Amino acid sequence: MCDAQPTREQQLQRILTPLQRFIKAENIVTSVEALRAYECDAFTTMRQLPLLTVLPDTIEQVQQIMRLCYELDIPVVARGAGTGLTAGSMPVENGLLLSMTKFDRILDIDIANKTALIEPGVRNLAVTQAAAPYNLYFAPDPSSQLACSVGGNVAENAGGIHCLKYGLTVHNILELDVITIEGERLTLGGASLDAAGYDLTALFAGSEGLLGVIVGIRVKLLAKPASARVLLCGFDSIENASHAIAHIIAAGIIPAGLEMIDHTGINAIEELMHAGYPIDAAAVLICELDGSIEEVEDELTRVMSLLEALDAANIQISNNEEEKARIWAARKAAFPAMARLAPDNYIMDGTIPRRALADVWQRINQLADEYQLLVVNVFHAGDGNMHPSILFDAMDADQHHRAEELGTRILELCIEVGGTISGEHGIGLEKINQMCLQFTEAEIQQFHAVKAAFDAKNLLNPGKQIPTLARCAEFHAMHVHQGEMPFPHLERF
Amino acid sequence: MLDIQDLTAQVQQAAATKSPLQIRGGGSKHFYGAATSGTPLMMAEYQGIINYEPSELVITARAGTPLKEIEQLLAQQGQMLGFEPPRFSDHATLGGTVACGLSGPRRPYAGAVRDFVLGVTLINGQGQRLKFGGQVMKNVAGYDLSRLMCGALGTLGVLLDISLKVIPKPHYEETRVLSASFPQMQSLLADIGLQPVPVSATLQHEDQLYIRLSGAQGGVREAIQRIGGDTLADSDSLWHNLKEQQHAFFQQPAPLWRVSIPPMAPAIPDSLYDGQILTEWGGALRWLYSQQGEQIQQWAKAQGGHATCFRNPMAGTHIFTPLPAALLALHQRLKARFDPEHIFNIGRIYPDL
Repeated sequence: MCDAQPTREQQLQRILTPLQRFIKAENIVTSVEALRAYECDAFTTMRQLPLLTVLPDTIEQVQQIMRLCYELDIPVVARGAGTGLTAGSMPVENGLLLSMTKFDRILDIDIANKTALIEPGVRNLAVTQAAAPYNLYFAPDPSSQLACSVGGNVAENAGGIHCLKYGLTVHNILELDVITIEGERLTLGGASLDAAGYDLTALFAGSEGLLGVIVGIRVKLLAKPASARVLLCGFDSIENASHAIAHIIAAGIIPAGLEMIDHTGINAIEELMHAGYPIDAAAVLICELDGSIEEVEDELTRVMSLLEALDAANIQISNNEEEKARIWAARKAAFPAMARLAPDNYIMDGTIPRRALADVWQRINQLADEYQLLVVNVFHAGDGNMHPSILFDAMDADQHHRAEELGTRILELCIEVGGTISGEHGIGLEKINQMCLQFTEAEIQQFHAVKAAFDAKNLLNPGKQIPTLARCAEFHAMHVHQGEMPFPHLERF
Repeated sequence: MLDIQDLTAQVQQAAATKSPLQIRGGGSKHFYGAATSGTPLMMAEYQGIINYEPSELVITARAGTPLKEIEQLLAQQGQMLGFEPPRFSDHATLGGTVACGLSGPRRPYAGAVRDFVLGVTLINGQGQRLKFGGQVMKNVAGYDLSRLMCGALGTLGVLLDISLKVIPKPHYEETRVLSASFPQMQSLLADIGLQPVPVSATLQHEDQLYIRLSGAQGGVREAIQRIGGDTLADSDSLWHNLKEQQHAFFQQPAPLWRVSIPPMAPAIPDSLYDGQILTEWGGALRWLYSQQGEQIQQWAKAQGGHATCFRNPMAGTHIFTPLPAALLALHQRLKARFDPEHIFNIGRIYPDL
């Protein structure tokens, strides 16, 4: 084939005429100014204008759009609230951006079965708010829960502060209503706890919009614990802070949340929030215990004695909802607090076995020195999900380059100790090169094969999550430190 | 010990000659699913625990490792498999447990097999050894192909090594027994379900309701105040017999159906089954004997669930609830992408899969 690529205008006309037959003009966005609102997700350093944005408001419209794009070979990128951190819903050139924001209804709250049937554009927190009168809630709580949509949570398999005890999104959904690229509507999973055939609900969770478009979700709701108390304390060394994590888990306690903040993070947060965090500490640990009143008191006593044995200082324990909210609000303000330190922030999401925590933490600090960049670590310590934030100024090309290099080094380190490049943020486009470090050629081919079973024409969110083999070959050729391949024991291709 | 090279060579040979393989662990769940034929690929010798560190809450073992060995090792450290899998025999292996995707009485409260699988190494139908997921609690790098293996009954690949999340054993457990019909059970559980009551298993049969409570002693005591009933003395054997289907109910030689539906779905119409129903999972899992498989499957589907003929199927029975055409076609495409030569456990779930 040596046909010239159609221009943007030609491509637009091809789709607009048939599209306008079933989508109202006000739900089609084509002007460049208006399309700017869709050019990136929360990872703002990568941007791309879509050909057009369409905001369907019925499932039938989604089906028709998909059939049309399938027929015209136009790529489709689905987007929820656009709070993703990896350019996962960044548009593709000459592609259609499918904004699901009009699917914002909670269709049913089934109190007896403790489930809710919702549309994908419903905000995460809105589910919990709607379930609150029945003493129920939706467990996944990513830090963007005020704004992020549940459809996006499923696509990314979002976690959050409480997933150590209550699981990720995949653990909290039962059924998905999805539209394939050919416009076919499928029900995956069911209202029951398991379903006939393959577990496609689990496969869809975290598939980043590459397999189909979600138009309905049945989520599980949990009964709110009778009691929840938050403990905060400081440590004068990273080792003791890391030991505290291991000791709590080894004692058979699964806290609802177990978070860690490093020295720089504590100071940045304290300056913004004045939450009473100990600013001299090397690390602060936040531990939430929940359950029945007696259960919480019992675990709190046990945790206290473990912490005291590790010389924890400045122990604070919440005595009421207000104090609990104050401690968590400060933790959740970590990113705004960091934004005050540098114009740009490259957030990593590597996850490691807990035993490697102290070692990796220290090696990240050494790497930060080597690259002369400030790295702040505020993370989900309980499940080993590190979130080192590399602070830099994207206007400074050299700093930007160093930040990217450092990011790759950190992720290599996570893989080296038996971890993964992403625990909960996803791959999108932002971490696609590092996929080549974690997986072999045959594994990446298997991923592409799975995608082809759903989307043989590769039209759904193409170019995201799974790198092409050519891209990996190029990445490996480029990415050589001081003439040496990093970690030569890792399989390469 | 059988090594991976041998297994890979056997798969490559089968793929080259397009000769079907029947993947076999300990044979404990051979009865489950439809019959499949082919050269047995014996996994039981591929065994051993690869890594277990209690403070990581993760165990990694080879597929042929006896489930019993894994559970004993975990118990020594005060830990357990949260999904409380049935063994059905001492020969049950880890690989078979994951492939069958069966979970025990604790499932609605702690999660299913698929909720605990963190990563697998497998051999696909081209004889390639592939690793997905890992040993960490959270991992969204690439598609979650390890969970996809749960319940796929070996039709997508040969499981080699499996990493599972494990949980601490509850500090305290107590089982209460009270007399309750099926509707009485539903109203009691609907009532307490909106509170965080530490229920970890239920069994309702012949107007008796058993509720197991697990957790801190204080929390269990608090719950007992609300539930009432009497403490059951030998509760471990009750739950063991239920999980292993050694309970008297399971001993009949007729077609046994496993009906998985929302817990508060109505009672199954009397006309669809013989004798009594045994209900687990707070109403979400119901066992019955019936000659009317198709009607049971239709009824379960109408409730948003499905029904499986678990034991003693009649000739011609659809063991698993048939899928809508488009969904079945997707299953077939997916199968072909893992197993292009169509050699793994053919027909074990659906004909031609």
